[in-house]
Amino acid sequence: MNQAPKLNSFRGGPDEDGRFGIFGGRFVAETLMPLILDLQAEWNKAKDDPAFKAELAHLGAHYIGRPSPLYFAERLTAELGGAKIYFKREELNHTGSHKINNCIGQILLAKRMGKTRIIAETGAGQHGVASATVAARFGLPCVVYMGATDVERQAPNVFRMKLLGAEVKPVTAGSGTLKDAMNEALRDWVTNVDNTYYLIGTAAGPHPYPEMVRDFQAVIGQEAKEQMLAAEGRLPDLVVAAVGGGSNAIGIFHPFLDDESVKIVGVEAGGKGIEGDEHCASITAGSPGVLHGNRTYLLQDGDGQIKEGHSISAGLDYPGIGPEHAWLNDVGRVEYVPIMDHEALEAFQTLTRLEGIIPALEPSHALAEVIKRAPKMGKDEIILMNLSGRGDKDIFTVGKLLGMGL
Amino acid sequence: MTARMDKRFADVAAEGRPVLVTYFMAGDPDFETSLSIMKALPKAGADVIELGMPFSDPMADGPAIQLAGQRALKGCQTLAKTLEIARRFREDDQRTPIVLMGYYNPIYIYGVDRFLTDALAAGIDGLIVVDLPPEMDDELCIPALAKGISFIRLATPTTDDRRLPKVLENTSGFVYYVSMNGITGSALPDPSLIAGAVGRIKAHTNLPVCVGFGVKTAEHARAIGASADGVVVGTAIVNQIASSLTEEGKATDATVPGVEALVRGLSAGVRSARLAAAE
Repeated sequence: MNQAPKLNSFRGGPDEDGRFGIFGGRFVAETLMPLILDLQAEWNKAKDDPAFKAELAHLGAHYIGRPSPLYFAERLTAELGGAKIYFKREELNHTGSHKINNCIGQILLAKRMGKTRIIAETGAGQHGVASATVAARFGLPCVVYMGATDVERQAPNVFRMKLLGAEVKPVTAGSGTLKDAMNEALRDWVTNVDNTYYLIGTAAGPHPYPEMVRDFQAVIGQEAKEQMLAAEGRLPDLVVAAVGGGSNAIGIFHPFLDDESVKIVGVEAGGKGIEGDEHCASITAGSPGVLHGNRTYLLQDGDGQIKEGHSISAGLDYPGIGPEHAWLNDVGRVEYVPIMDHEALEAFQTLTRLEGIIPALEPSHALAEVIKRAPKMGKDEIILMNLSGRGDKDIFTVGKLLGMGL
Repeated sequence: MTARMDKRFADVAAEGRPVLVTYFMAGDPDFETSLSIMKALPKAGADVIELGMPFSDPMADGPAIQLAGQRALKGCQTLAKTLEIARRFREDDQRTPIVLMGYYNPIYIYGVDRFLTDALAAGIDGLIVVDLPPEMDDELCIPALAKGISFIRLATPTTDDRRLPKVLENTSGFVYYVSMNGITGSALPDPSLIAGAVGRIKAHTNLPVCVGFGVKTAEHARAIGASADGVVVGTAIVNQIASSLTEEGKATDATVPGVEALVRGLSAGVRSARLAAAE
């Protein structure tokens, strides 16, 4: 790993071309360039517009239910016998995950831009549900692209989206997962440029999406910081979050990046092990490449063909990662580690039994890392983990894996 | 090589007809068949060859080209083998320009400098890289131009007069006008709209303007060729190849002749295009 350079701040990126070091950028077809430039111009205006900020805050408080609580996991802490463990309870948000924070922000932008149709891609279905939700709330038609494999393993979310009035289009190309859904959404966007807004669900894709999605999700870290200071009078020693594309992680990490005393860990999906091909650990086991509009770490072969990843969690099943994470890894500010399917599954059950919280399989990966680290830390140390989504959607997957009939 | 491309466009223009640009996917369905198809194209009347570089995630392509890429990858096609097809073709044909078309990642992983050196050695004249807009010119466009390889840019209906100068700035060889907002293989829009768009682009550049996306038949080629300097046909050729394969996706005796017959028809279309314009 490279030595961290002496920077004034880790929070200054991206530059005006959307780059975080060598990562990020705008690698898109010419048809989309004018749209992306329009979006960037609108975003630049909106982010400093008090009226936009006020509307976002109002919907955050009254529609999403912000601020989400900071919760001290007393029994888990006692069980592990080490550091104090706090959860940022994003799973209590309306629609059950952090995804809604970004969707509310982007649909307000879509409205400002006069767009009349929303498209989105989804993996686990959480972003699809959040997109369908805000589309219903603002009366816009919504098409959600979802890999056929995911449609099958995330049936409850597919039904939710349909109830909310969205059209769910299963994607059979490739392995029928998140990357293929993203390809199909981009094809739709290229075809319907005049009226359509592409609501990307993670902090990846062409500039300005990684920056914009991060800024909409940074509310997680900003709140958590204040709540932690109120609860403990100091900052946490360790912040942990799961990383697929990386929006919940960058959301909680970003406000802490310049706090030197805070160690930050991102947890990738190690799947069935990072030695083979059945994982989604883009940073741990991938290499830099260009896909879906940005340069970042990717799972790919020696010819630059993108590999199909695997994870127990549909939300982490993506062969890339947001470009800011790629950069934070290379400058050494954030450590990225893999957690295997079985470890996540164990953590899922531990939390359910000890705290009465059924977590999604995505944050179960972060939790598994917390469970490894907490016992090795002192009782006076503090861990903050982003509990980014609830596990209702995963009970069928888990039931099947545990051999329990439903 | 820029010179070969410029000469071909000038020669064809002197014949008073538009250029026929034909696209197919390297390695579809296998290396040897691809090479035979490529050798057959100029004989059937193709003036410029676009050689597709397969990519696992072709975001701007429709199902036909996507499947062609998957067939090629399944047959273990790589970027090195694609360059090898071009090199073998060049042994017999030093005059037909070859343009490589695809996505950036396989080139980035191959290494930009190494790729440009090998491409030049294989007789490549130009590049079309779909996901490298002018904002990303430092990646490949500038280094390619420095080596004398053309960088052909796509202009689309969303490329307005404000943006056109930026799109054209480092473009060489020809301008590829994408006839509609969409993916490859969609329906062809009204030829009169296309003529207007071609005129708009020509007001900004002296480069030839070729039109593609949606051109499927000799009649299309004739209609588009009435206003454009060239006509690009891709999906129709790829579909022709696909329809000739066995259920397992293997080439048959009909694969190469099928492409030849289609291209001969398209060639007749472009050769009568200016007559059509004069009618």
